[in-house]
Amino acid sequence: MTFEQLIFYVLAGIAVISSLMMISVNNPVKAALWLVLAFIATAGVWITAQAEFLGIVLILVYAGAVMVLFLFVVMMLDINLVKFKEGFTRYLPIGALAAIATFAMIYMVVGPTHFGIEKTGEPVRHAADYSNTVALGAQLYTVHVYAFILAAVLLLVGIVAAIALTIRRRPAHEVLYQDIDKQVKVQAKDRVQLIKMDAHNEAPVKKKEEDE
Amino acid sequence: MVALSDYLVFSAILFTLSMAGIFLNRKNIIILLMSIELMLLAVNTNLVAFSYYLNDVAGQIFVFFILTVAAAEAAIGLAIIVLVFRNRNSINVDDLGSLKG
Repeated sequence: MTFEQLIFYVLAGIAVISSLMMISVNNPVKAALWLVLAFIATAGVWITAQAEFLGIVLILVYAGAVMVLFLFVVMMLDINLVKFKEGFTRYLPIGALAAIATFAMIYMVVGPTHFGIEKTGEPVRHAADYSNTVALGAQLYTVHVYAFILAAVLLLVGIVAAIALTIRRRPAHEVLYQDIDKQVKVQAKDRVQLIKMDAHNEAPVKKKEEDE
Repeated sequence: MVALSDYLVFSAILFTLSMAGIFLNRKNIIILLMSIELMLLAVNTNLVAFSYYLNDVAGQIFVFFILTVAAAEAAIGLAIIVLVFRNRNSINVDDLGSLKG
């Protein structure tokens, strides 16, 4: 076993064990943390497949942003953990059976008989000065540029949807809102009122020492 | 040299584990969403492995776009969960079946 294979098997083992823990723990916070570990190990697996940029993006965007979002939501919701375990053992046999059957079918297709090293041949090894990021960017900004712009629009739609879904207008007696329309349209004569009044002498203000 | 079948079997294991997670955690919507994220990760691993063995960057570009869609999906899914929790005070899947489907 070469060193590269050793790294691959260790990382794949970590990913499999942590995803097994993710689906079996009760607490959603622990599940999210196990999923972060699975993401990080899978990012290592991707880096062994010479996809360095995507491996780092997986750690930064997934472990860094999406899973933190999950943790925020899990911690914001006050959920009852006891009820979640109902039905876990009830569905365990059918779930395990379905998983094993699906895996067996996938293994028959993608197993070593069809995609072993002697069937596929050796992959191309890039030199040390090859940049995966440059290769990806050159394709992304030329051939796939429309898809790239569409992805940007998709993220914008995601932002608008998430805000529009969770925004909550509270009644006016609870909280005061700004009315931008009125604020922009207001003029000086609406705010300042000049009134005429008679001049008269006021009593002189007492000095401070006299008070004490 | 890691064989292509090793990458594919690894991603098949991740995929079936997340499928089992959807079967087992029928109560908790948040773990269901996490299982879907894991499923997308398994599919992405397939694309990365084929991109490596075919020496073609297009597979990695597909992964890039799948990551974008998955991030938007997670954000909107979590927003819906927050909304459901605010209205129903529960995220138990059984409490949400008001359509009686």
